[in-house]
Amino acid sequence: MEEFHIKKMIKSNSGIRKTDVINRRMFIIGAAKVVVFAGIIARLFSLQINENKKYLTLSDKNRIREWKLPPTRGNIVDYFGNVIAGNLKVYQLHIIPEQVENFNYLLVRLKNLLNLSDKKIVRINRLKEELKPWDSIIVSENLTWSQFVKINNYLYDLVGVKPVMTISRNYPFNDIYTHVLGYVSQPNEEEILNNQIIQERFVPGMKIGKLGLEKRLENHLIGTNAIQRYEVNAYGKRINQLEHQKGQQGSKIRLTLDTEIQKACGELLNEKAGSISVMDIYTGDIIAMYSSPSYNPNLFLFGISQDEWQLIRNNPLKPLINKTLSGLYSPGSTIKPIVALSALENNVVDTKFKVKCTGKMELYGQTFHCWKEKGHGWVSLKNAMKQSCDTYFYEVSRLLGVDRLNITAEKFGLGKKVLGEYFDNEKKGLFPNTKWKKNNLGKGWVLGETLITGIGQGYIQSTPLQLCMMTAQIANGGYAIKPKIIVDSSPISYEDAKQSMESGLLFDSNSDALLDKKLFKDKKNIKIIQEAMFSSTNERFGTSYKSRIDDPKYQFAGKTGTAQVKRISKRERELDLELEQIPYKDRDHALYVAYGPYINPRYALSIIVEHGGSGSKAAAPIAKKLFKLIIDRHELRNKQSNFERITI
Amino acid sequence: MFQHNRLNNEITLIQKIKNLDYILLISVIVLSVISVFVMYSTDGGEALFHTKNHFVKLAAFFPLMIFVAFFNIKFWHNISYIIYFIVILLLIYVSFFGIKSSGSQRWMDVYFFVLQPSELMKIAIIMCLSKYYHRLKIENVNSFTSITIVLSVILIPTILVVSQPDLGTSILIALSGLIILWLGGVKIKYFIYSFFTFLISLPFIISFLKPYQKLRILTFLDPDRDPLGAGYQIIQSKIAIGSGGLNGKGFLKGTQSYLDFLPEKHTDFIFTLFSEEFGFIGSVGLLILYSIIIFRIVRIGSISRSNFARLFCFGYAFAIFIYIVVNLSMVLGLLPIVGSPLPIMSYGGSSMLATMIGFGIVLSAKINNKQIIA
Repeated sequence: MEEFHIKKMIKSNSGIRKTDVINRRMFIIGAAKVVVFAGIIARLFSLQINENKKYLTLSDKNRIREWKLPPTRGNIVDYFGNVIAGNLKVYQLHIIPEQVENFNYLLVRLKNLLNLSDKKIVRINRLKEELKPWDSIIVSENLTWSQFVKINNYLYDLVGVKPVMTISRNYPFNDIYTHVLGYVSQPNEEEILNNQIIQERFVPGMKIGKLGLEKRLENHLIGTNAIQRYEVNAYGKRINQLEHQKGQQGSKIRLTLDTEIQKACGELLNEKAGSISVMDIYTGDIIAMYSSPSYNPNLFLFGISQDEWQLIRNNPLKPLINKTLSGLYSPGSTIKPIVALSALENNVVDTKFKVKCTGKMELYGQTFHCWKEKGHGWVSLKNAMKQSCDTYFYEVSRLLGVDRLNITAEKFGLGKKVLGEYFDNEKKGLFPNTKWKKNNLGKGWVLGETLITGIGQGYIQSTPLQLCMMTAQIANGGYAIKPKIIVDSSPISYEDAKQSMESGLLFDSNSDALLDKKLFKDKKNIKIIQEAMFSSTNERFGTSYKSRIDDPKYQFAGKTGTAQVKRISKRERELDLELEQIPYKDRDHALYVAYGPYINPRYALSIIVEHGGSGSKAAAPIAKKLFKLIIDRHELRNKQSNFERITI
Repeated sequence: MFQHNRLNNEITLIQKIKNLDYILLISVIVLSVISVFVMYSTDGGEALFHTKNHFVKLAAFFPLMIFVAFFNIKFWHNISYIIYFIVILLLIYVSFFGIKSSGSQRWMDVYFFVLQPSELMKIAIIMCLSKYYHRLKIENVNSFTSITIVLSVILIPTILVVSQPDLGTSILIALSGLIILWLGGVKIKYFIYSFFTFLISLPFIISFLKPYQKLRILTFLDPDRDPLGAGYQIIQSKIAIGSGGLNGKGFLKGTQSYLDFLPEKHTDFIFTLFSEEFGFIGSVGLLILYSIIIFRIVRIGSISRSNFARLFCFGYAFAIFIYIVVNLSMVLGLLPIVGSPLPIMSYGGSSMLATMIGFGIVLSAKINNKQIIA
């Protein structure tokens, strides 16, 4: 009984002890739980409160994706505000693969509707494999309106097809401005990498300038991307649009060029190879700059076809070359005003100095021919210029020497780039001197070379624009000008222009310094040259007398030039062939430089017709036709105002 | 003793209902309601598949919990070993005939839903060991025989589950078993020794891990080593939680989940979505709700007269706690990713079934807290 009682005590004792153990152990666990929960709350606090900003940013980065749209290029306008490089709405056709029910059926339908080539179908299929199913495939970049209408009519049957309207570059005057503007096309990798701005704004389908001003002014024209912000899911699929930020169109660029004159140049040089440049002799504004033949830049926008490209590339008249800036020609007799001026300035000759022309000149056993076989007889400076007597200029340049001639010529802009900062394909030409020959050819100068340099043959090479600028600087009274093609100053009257030029003010709005722009030592000498050029065009026996205009409003002064492209053999000289009898490649280049109106002059021009024959027959008549238009346009030009200045 | 038995038998249905723990019940109901709304959010603001299924399961298992509660705790005590053996048999069954999915074999089809026996084992092991320690004399707790038996009881299901493979659940099963060992009074120094032995043998264990499991550990140590691959889940989870801020992004406005950046948002990462939409305040609120549930279970255990009920409640409270801690630590980037659901909140029938049965037994302990089990 006793024993049992004790046993029972122990037993119940054991139960109580067990409960105690369990409770004690539970207490330890309970304390641990509080600590662990506190730790988890601390972690939550650090993530959600302390680092909330960081994770919010990361979350937005996750869900918001930006899509850049191609920027809209700035317009390029002519002096009168006509758009010469603009933007056009184009109609495109996109396919969004994930919305297409039956891809093959759709392709068959599209093939029939748009006459797609098999090659194109293969390409679309390849794109479909490469792209994400919600990325659109561009089937056609440029649908015609009728194709666009057709697609829209059949849209119910073309599930997954999206007709899109977008903007593309457009050159409304086709080939008229090609050599000035260049064109735009898809950039290659190198072009993207080399230009920070293009790199930032690049989107597939964007076009950049490939040539000319489109290329040079890329950073001004390009514009900024429109940005669309979309919410995307984890797979990159767009869920909804959050924001549309408009892009800014690129800067509008206004050129000094006049479309009417530019067009006239194109017509006058139709089917000829050559170039015309027209320049304001005071402001340096280039009024026209046309290289013939040209080509249509619109062909390059959506990728030029191989056939069309071959046609342009293989044209013997070389449309791809900008002859105005990159064409190098012997100036021929158009250099004579500079030779005469140099001789006067260096007091080598005066107006009374005369040379007897017998049709040729002998020097160290070599014969130098005048173009007129019978000779001009005794000629003074004025007559020599008027009739372009070669013998006179042989003698004058012999007396002058090539080095002194070189100094004058370079002052007037020969051998230097005219618009170098705008066109990287411009050539600087060459006006030789003794030092040049020694350094470059390693031989001493020969006097005979001075003689032929004096009539614009031999080593001498110039671009049509250089000749135009040279003429402009003679026409304005012998003051340096800085030619430009982008408008940066308001038009000015003749009086103001002349006055400020003579006071030494450069028409360069970018530099405020008053520089000495005088290119002459004695103003009289410039006048003598101007008069000589006047007589060449407006007096009987002048080389361009037939192309004169008597009306003083349009009257101009000029100088013809005929540049040999190969040495004339004795036999050929005796034959005296007509132009048509000589192979095209061997025919002389015809040149003409002129300025007008003779009273209160304003414009200078240079014309070159490749292999056109003589300057008086092929080039000067073009000037006659052009001058009327140029002078008539002058009044309109003077009325233009509101100039936005653009600093390039 | 006899008196008590008679008293117990006289408990009527009305008394049973009266005796239910209403704080626990209300907490579970609130949690269930929250879970349905969160599920609705994972479906993108529509009552789709997950929402409907989750609701149906809640509607089925909540009455089951009450049903379980109305059985006498003694009944649960009596069938504890049987339940354990049945679940072991089910585990063996699935290891041979189970449904395979994403590389592991842990499910079986029982007509109306797919059962994951390893989830049931989380409860069964607590029941089994509670009964064992209830009957074991305190003097024998640290005897070699008893510890061997207990460790075998823990190891058998753990190994079966690891081989499925399902590391997460097996760890939870082992921890649930070990806690009863602890509560039963096994010497603390044994735990300390085992802990150090575990630490020392850790490199050895790691060498036995599957490549993807090793990768998870590496990823845990440095999630940025492969942000789009192995580290993706944890990085996106942290972004979602962190971006929730104090108040959260608002119900149905969690961009991370709505835009599919969150992986497994219905199951293991359900807290991430909740935390993104309801912020720090919501998260702490949820933790408080869980704390109330745990506290109530502990309280019910501490007023129970039988050690079986006490051990079960304490053990189950710890199990719930450990599920929450493992799940939250995982989504907060404090632990490597091991699959482990958040009780009630996560989508998944077996887990909810086990949890509800557990609550049911706890409620049964409350109703019959005066019950003495011999």
